[in-house]
Amino acid sequence: MARRLPRKDVAIVGLGWTGSIMALELARAGLEVVAIERGPWRDTATDFNIGTAPDELRYAVRHDIFLRPRQETLTMRNNSSQAALPIRRWGSFLPGNGVGGAGSHWNGQTWRFLPDDLRIRSHLTERYGAGFLPEGNQIQDWPMSYDELEPFYDKFEYVLGISGKAGNLKGEVQPGGNPFEGVRSREYPTPPMKQGYSQELFTKAASGMGLHPFPRPSANLSTAYTNPYGCSMAPCTYCGFCERFGCSNYSKSSPQTCVLPALVREPNFEARTECEVTKVNLSGDGKMAKSVTYIDANGEEWEQPADLVLLCAYGLFNVRLMLLSGIGKPYDFSSGEGVVGRNYAYQTGSGATAFFENVNFNPFAAAGSLGAALDDYNSDNFDHGPHGFVGGASITNAYTNGRPIMYRPTPRGTPTWGSAWKKAVRDTYQRVTNVGAQGSVMSYRANYLDLDPTYKDQLGRPLMRMTFDFQPNEIKMANWMAERCEEIAKAMGAKTTQLNRLTTPWNVVPYQSTHNTGGAVTGADPKTSAVNRYLQSWDVANVFVMGACTFPQNAGYNPTGTVGALTYWALDAIQNKYLKSPGALVQQ
Amino acid sequence: MQTDDRSLMRAKFAPSTEKPKHAGMSRRSLLATAALLITTSGATAKVVTKVLPWRPNEVYPVTPVVPGGWLFFTADEAAVVDAIVDRLIPADELGPGAKEAGVTTFIDRQLTGPYGGHDWLYMQGPFSSNPLPTQGLQSPLTPRQQYRQGLAALSAYCKANFGGRGFTDLNNEEKEKLLSGMEKGDVKFEGFSSRMLFNAVYANTMEGFFADPIYGGNKDMAGWKLIGFPGVRYDFRDVIDNPNKPYTLPPVSMQGRQAWGER
Ligand SMILES: Cc1cc2nc3c(=O)[nH]c(=O)nc-3n(C[C@H](O)[C@H](O)[C@H](O)COP(=O)(O)OP(=O)(O)OC[C@H]3O[C@@H](n4cnc5c(N)ncnc54)[C@H](O)[C@@H]3O)c2cc1C
Ligand code: SF4
Repeated sequence: MARRLPRKDVAIVGLGWTGSIMALELARAGLEVVAIERGPWRDTATDFNIGTAPDELRYAVRHDIFLRPRQETLTMRNNSSQAALPIRRWGSFLPGNGVGGAGSHWNGQTWRFLPDDLRIRSHLTERYGAGFLPEGNQIQDWPMSYDELEPFYDKFEYVLGISGKAGNLKGEVQPGGNPFEGVRSREYPTPPMKQGYSQELFTKAASGMGLHPFPRPSANLSTAYTNPYGCSMAPCTYCGFCERFGCSNYSKSSPQTCVLPALVREPNFEARTECEVTKVNLSGDGKMAKSVTYIDANGEEWEQPADLVLLCAYGLFNVRLMLLSGIGKPYDFSSGEGVVGRNYAYQTGSGATAFFENVNFNPFAAAGSLGAALDDYNSDNFDHGPHGFVGGASITNAYTNGRPIMYRPTPRGTPTWGSAWKKAVRDTYQRVTNVGAQGSVMSYRANYLDLDPTYKDQLGRPLMRMTFDFQPNEIKMANWMAERCEEIAKAMGAKTTQLNRLTTPWNVVPYQSTHNTGGAVTGADPKTSAVNRYLQSWDVANVFVMGACTFPQNAGYNPTGTVGALTYWALDAIQNKYLKSPGALVQQ
Repeated sequence: MQTDDRSLMRAKFAPSTEKPKHAGMSRRSLLATAALLITTSGATAKVVTKVLPWRPNEVYPVTPVVPGGWLFFTADEAAVVDAIVDRLIPADELGPGAKEAGVTTFIDRQLTGPYGGHDWLYMQGPFSSNPLPTQGLQSPLTPRQQYRQGLAALSAYCKANFGGRGFTDLNNEEKEKLLSGMEKGDVKFEGFSSRMLFNAVYANTMEGFFADPIYGGNKDMAGWKLIGFPGVRYDFRDVIDNPNKPYTLPPVSMQGRQAWGER
């Protein structure tokens, strides 16, 4: 039996990016806030210590600071006719664990979605007609506009200190920035990072082709910066132990560097770590959350009553907690009804590898978000009419690292071992670069999340089951993008190039991205969305759901800029609407 | 490390019978339970409030591997692994190979740790006998079991097919042909997948040759020197400022480098 604890105003499940921001702002608003986090406390000086941090084997290969599948994993299959099996070892994506969440070991590529991305169904239908949308799609408009989100994108970027160059300031296109981006109210908080030699070649080649390259917006800071919460950061040293690692230099924006130093000083705030929330408990009529149940490090069960429950456990785990707690109607693939688990989407990856001669790219001088990008082929920035697909990709030339256990490129056809392999590894390391396309994934009836009928976690609760595959539209799009990447690679002066098509069917083994979206999407209609425009559950008014699970479909960008903007947007609604008059903020 | 410590280690890597109550927590969290705070209401949790919980080196430092002897392998097994890794990354005019770089010691020590038992992975059944290729790792066998059973199967295969000789007795051409067959899965061992053994040794060889030398492989940073990886210098602003220039400084590992003196 769970023992009951004294009531709190707010219980936050998970203390990563979204949880730490919510906790700080609501504690400052005077509420009693408890954050319950299943992993350990992590700080820069102690846990991302320079004497232990740059360890490729430990962090990048053995996944020391990630969630351990033994504690929780998912099952997966490509379509509903197959039997799902557990993801026994992480591959395609890498969920975080512990204070900071995936925000402590992310790359830091911090994007805004384009205005068209947020009204995508209307936009595509207006431009191409409804018949142009792919078969089986469940593409939906977002229930808020880019203009409504802009102040909150801005706020998130200033908390993180993002390094970049604006491309559109108050409607005026800026040289050196991304001319396709939505209107910004002000310049990025810090100037763009320096770029390497290969980005120089990319920028020159792309400009020569009439494309519009710009430095990728980065949470690896170009200069020292103090954010609005008073947290200070130091310049990035291009150390190359960035994604999958915590930063020893206080240079990567993370909950540790940007939020926690202020948060732990708030007298109304308390964090309980190594405590896993197992359920949100609802009132008899199912309309209100009463409390959350959690299990502490000793295996003891506790019940924490709270007036407001915020799910900040990472998108996938928010969806599982909703399914396990009965928040919202589960999505049923056969009938197409229900909303929790609906519209799961992901990200495509394709591109071209470029081999040069007589160059020193020095791939180890790198950072998680270093790179030059272009958006000419993203979203609907080009005419899709002749191509027969929807969606697009951001195209990038980047080095995130040159760590040799995982980064040892050789030309296709090279032997995998022996002296010939050894020679090829040595000869290739300095002279290869990549032009990559990170593409959108639309939502489809056939891609979804539900509870697995067979496999359980160590507490005996069903794992979540992921049914996902890349659909013909995404395959067509990603492979078309790969050809664009190859054109640029050739223009950069590559001696030889190699086309990297999208790997299909979706395979759980190679790392692709931790950009899992959907499952509890935001929308205007409770029949096709789990949360309203303020990320409030349609069914349980005192539960708000953060994270990329609220995306109706995914765009051709990394998600966290938009996750952060949505968090501040929801926070604004909680502070200015919900706390004044608790209840449903949108009437059904 | 003293010999008696080793026998202790040998006992340690036998699967532990003692289960933490809430498994999946890190080793560190188990240690930390001793320091749990009791809240006013009696809940046991690490409670963080008002002041940062500065606890230096909460993240456990790596214990440097001291080469010499075997903690997991028998001497015969180690000789076979040595012979395999020597073919995968041979010593040649480009420098030392995996054997010289201590990769067998690396693998031996890795097998005694959490990796060797797949301690952090989801290992609950049922285990499918016909997973989809897209579903990744689905075997119930831990790396320790893969090596123990796989090496025994390889040894039996060699005895039966090479006139009673063991793997180490084969000439280089025979070894390489056999390894290629294992890589493709063409070679059929009795009761064990030859490909599974190959994949395990292959992945661990690459890890050992290119991981920080603190783990026992990549001796003298041979792997890093081969490709020109400078290691853990952690500051490459000078490189970014000087595009397309060869990098000439020697690599540095987590324990520094030889030139910094004996440790
Ligand atoms: C290697 C890597 C690279 C990435 N790179 C980028 C990038 O370049 N750009 C980008 O936009 N995004 C990137 N991401 C994604 C980004 O990290 C996430 O989008 C972001 O952290 C999501 O914030 P969140 O608050 O939703 O989840 P998180 O930051 O992961 O926080 C969730 C927290 O909840 C905790 N939790 C989960 N379940 C429970 C439970 N039941 N009880 C208690 N606590 C629980 C977790 O332990 C975790 O601490 C990357 C991710 C990874 C892993
Ligand atoms: S690359 Fe920069 S931001 Fe990333 S870990 Fe290294 S110093 Fe930190």
